[in-house]
Amino acid sequence: MEDNTPSATMDMGAMVGDVIPELVLVIGGVIVLLYALAAPRRLQGGAAILALLTVAVATATTIPMLDGQETYTFAETYARDLVAIWAKLIVLVATAAVIALSLPWFRTDPRSGEYYTLLLFSALGAVLLAGATDLKQFIASMLLSSATGFVLVAYHRASRASAEAGIKYYLLGALTSASMLIGVAYLFGLAGSTTLSGLRTGLATSSGPGLAVAVALVVVAVAFKLGAVPAHAWMPDVAEGAPAPVAAFVTSLPKVGAFVFLARMVLVLPADGVGWRPLLAIIAAATMTLGNLAALWQDDVRRLLGWSSVSQTGYGLLAVVAVGRSDLAVPSLLYFLLAYVLANVAAFGVVVQLRGRTDRLAYSGLARARPILAATLTITLLSFIGVPPLAGFAAKLSLFAAAIEAGYSWLAVVGAVNTVVSIAYYARVIAPMYFDDLPGPVPVLSRTAGLAAVATGTAVVLAGIGAEPFFRAFDGIQLLPR
Amino acid sequence: MLTFAIFLPIVAAAVFALLPRRLRSQVEVGPPQEDPWASRLRLIASVIGVVPLVVLLGAWARFDGDGGFELVESSEWIPTLGVGYRVGVDGLSLPLALMTAVLFAVAIAYPVDLRGRPGPYYALMLFLEGVSVGLFLSLDLFLFFVFWDVSLVGMYFLIGVWGHGDARRSALKFFVYTFAGSLALLLAILGLYLATEPRTFDMAEIIRQQPLPAGGVYATLVFLGFLIGFGVKTPIVPFHTWLPPAHVDAPGPASAVLAGVLLKMGTYGFVRILMSMQPETFARFAFPIGVLAVVSIVYGSLVAMAQTNLKRLIAYTSVNHMGYVMLGLAAAGASIAGQDDAQALALTGATLEMVAHGLITGALFLVSGSILARGETYEMEAYGGLAARAPALTGITVVAAFASLGLPGLAGFVAEFQVFAGTLAVYPWLAGVGLLGIVITAALFLRMLQQVFLGPLPERWTGWPDLGWIERLTLGALIALIIAIGVAPALLLDMIDSFAGPFVGR
Repeated sequence: MEDNTPSATMDMGAMVGDVIPELVLVIGGVIVLLYALAAPRRLQGGAAILALLTVAVATATTIPMLDGQETYTFAETYARDLVAIWAKLIVLVATAAVIALSLPWFRTDPRSGEYYTLLLFSALGAVLLAGATDLKQFIASMLLSSATGFVLVAYHRASRASAEAGIKYYLLGALTSASMLIGVAYLFGLAGSTTLSGLRTGLATSSGPGLAVAVALVVVAVAFKLGAVPAHAWMPDVAEGAPAPVAAFVTSLPKVGAFVFLARMVLVLPADGVGWRPLLAIIAAATMTLGNLAALWQDDVRRLLGWSSVSQTGYGLLAVVAVGRSDLAVPSLLYFLLAYVLANVAAFGVVVQLRGRTDRLAYSGLARARPILAATLTITLLSFIGVPPLAGFAAKLSLFAAAIEAGYSWLAVVGAVNTVVSIAYYARVIAPMYFDDLPGPVPVLSRTAGLAAVATGTAVVLAGIGAEPFFRAFDGIQLLPR
Repeated sequence: MLTFAIFLPIVAAAVFALLPRRLRSQVEVGPPQEDPWASRLRLIASVIGVVPLVVLLGAWARFDGDGGFELVESSEWIPTLGVGYRVGVDGLSLPLALMTAVLFAVAIAYPVDLRGRPGPYYALMLFLEGVSVGLFLSLDLFLFFVFWDVSLVGMYFLIGVWGHGDARRSALKFFVYTFAGSLALLLAILGLYLATEPRTFDMAEIIRQQPLPAGGVYATLVFLGFLIGFGVKTPIVPFHTWLPPAHVDAPGPASAVLAGVLLKMGTYGFVRILMSMQPETFARFAFPIGVLAVVSIVYGSLVAMAQTNLKRLIAYTSVNHMGYVMLGLAAAGASIAGQDDAQALALTGATLEMVAHGLITGALFLVSGSILARGETYEMEAYGGLAARAPALTGITVVAAFASLGLPGLAGFVAEFQVFAGTLAVYPWLAGVGLLGIVITAALFLRMLQQVFLGPLPERWTGWPDLGWIERLTLGALIALIIAIGVAPALLLDMIDSFAGPFVGR
């Protein structure tokens, strides 16, 4: 007994050591909240600085983990593996960019301090989701991510659009949460365990409609986070109505966690018991097709970006379909998330810097008035299309390769056809910027926002040309304990 | 050294794009001569545009022609995926890269309506030059595809901003069509890549491995991907519909580059990738491809015959001429025993036709740009009798047109002769039908010359200015090369033979 006690505390210490970045986010979020309560209105912006500091510390504590031992901590309910660490890094970097975009955007809002607490907790939700290897953990992180997301989307409480987006987001979220809870309960009942490794052994022999229904219910819940069919409908409304920095955040960051969890979960399903590969393949095809077709006629750039975000989810699902069959699947998924999140934040960043202008034709002549902003937006859109050497190209290349290798060539072809379709609407934004003349002056928001947008846009280029370090780091990466 | 030829223009393009607004573009749109910076930028861009040509001439001087890739420069890029930065030359890529550099040097210097935005225009032209040269020199499928796609984006903006007529629509059509082709290409490249062991995008290694033997659905699908990808770009009928609007609405130098260089990327891809990496599969489909080539020849020339718009006419003759190239390639790639010499002849002819067509059609599109700048329309019936007013314009157009219709002593003849001589031994019937194209082309060019340059001079053109000195110099250089290749093709043919002989004899 006397020997056990110190080792038990050491174990506890080691386990806490596995989640230091998460703890930093929690504590930082609380500090920001206390600051926001105490600080006078004119100093509310300081909360953003504190939030940035929090993210910086969290990042600094995450980076050493890249060289550390991969473990599945807290009784295998939470992963500290490379996938989770990379997902964490992507989320943290993007969060930092979003904070930089939010600072000028919310400057006139008297309550801006609490906003950053919500933002940090929402990022925490995405991070926890990426690390979840347990269904209960999955539920908790989904709810944390959603609950904060609802408030963030409706943060402009005086704006009808913002409130409308918040309500739509909330209603769909509540619905899918129900389906998540039922699905998880069902899985628990079938497998007798909630950890993913427990599910693997518990479900090994099960098959039949019960399992399929349970999996489908959970997939629907994840689809909500991903903005995938059939729970995609909130995406364009949120992109259009939410405060622009929030739109940047909510349309991309939760996906990081959701994609990683989905990839982990499908891996423990019995290979033959349930046709999850065809199911996800159909969802992928439907998501990209619907997203692209709906985006075709959008004249609102933010709505268009929202639909484009839906279609990008469809491409990303190619990797999940290939999980377990192609060595490229997980690397392509992580690289895609990196490329997508950067480009999405940069695209919305330009919108923020342009004070949230929405009409496609309001971007006319931007190339002359604001050449760097126009170039940034163009780069992000071209990266969505997958034009080399931007990050989106290597992402699409590896996604298609993974799908082909997994025996889903038809899905890669669907992806290629969709890419062609997508050119049409991306060009509808690019063309006025370059081919039309300027209707009037172009006011911008602030230097900080511009810098954040341009910096993330530059990162899209750099991550594309310098793809090697990422692919080397992602090579042979595992989703679950062996 | 080759890397320098690729990246100097690209770096210069970045500098041009980032110039301060005052230098980059005028505040008000107006005639270019009002803006002193426009002509200065043109001069700088022209000088930079010539550098790749000089570098490539140096490469030619050091070129041995012993069959393999030479002057290779390589380094790792994404080794985890088997991607490398690899460039080099052989008897196929060097002539095309040289032609590309010549045409760009000329096109950049050529006067054009800049719409008050000289900086971005020259940035795009230089960028396209680097990218196009890079495409022909790359020895890595990934790198090849990067250049391939990026060239589309550059051309999209060039047509959209500086084009005329329904430029935006044409630009979009061009972009969507060719990007669709390039995605087919991408899937095919991936299919090929996944079959290699160890995985690599290295062209030389894939050619050595021959990872996809003929037969089977997989190999055929990969082949089809390549066929569509390259076929759209070439273009082969029925994938050609993007071409006429893009060519017509693009500014003159951009049309020259589009027809002269970008179309060659398709035919070059056929040889460099499809015929080298899936030769057996190509041989199986050589005859249908030959048939499509003949359809392109005849259809292209017939439709060109029906045009009243000068530029559209030239655009359709491109479809016709690329048909000759494809016919030669089909003959060269067919599996016919004992016809190695004829097949090598067809391949040499096809390659030379790529070079010749680039120079000739480049010259014709530049001329049509000059005509538009003076007469503000491409409709041929608006013109007549220009020979009396503009001897230089007339002379240059006549030589280029005769070269295009295959007059002996000019570049087009040598190429077409070899294509047909080679094809006759392999597919005599196809060659016979294809000859019709030459006849029709001759008729349509003569009719065009007659309508525009002969006959009575309309009243409104009595003040028609002849070509300026820059136009004379640049077009003169192209014409000199066209004549030089026609009179003394041996220099170029030796270089091409060093590739074609071993290729067919393999």
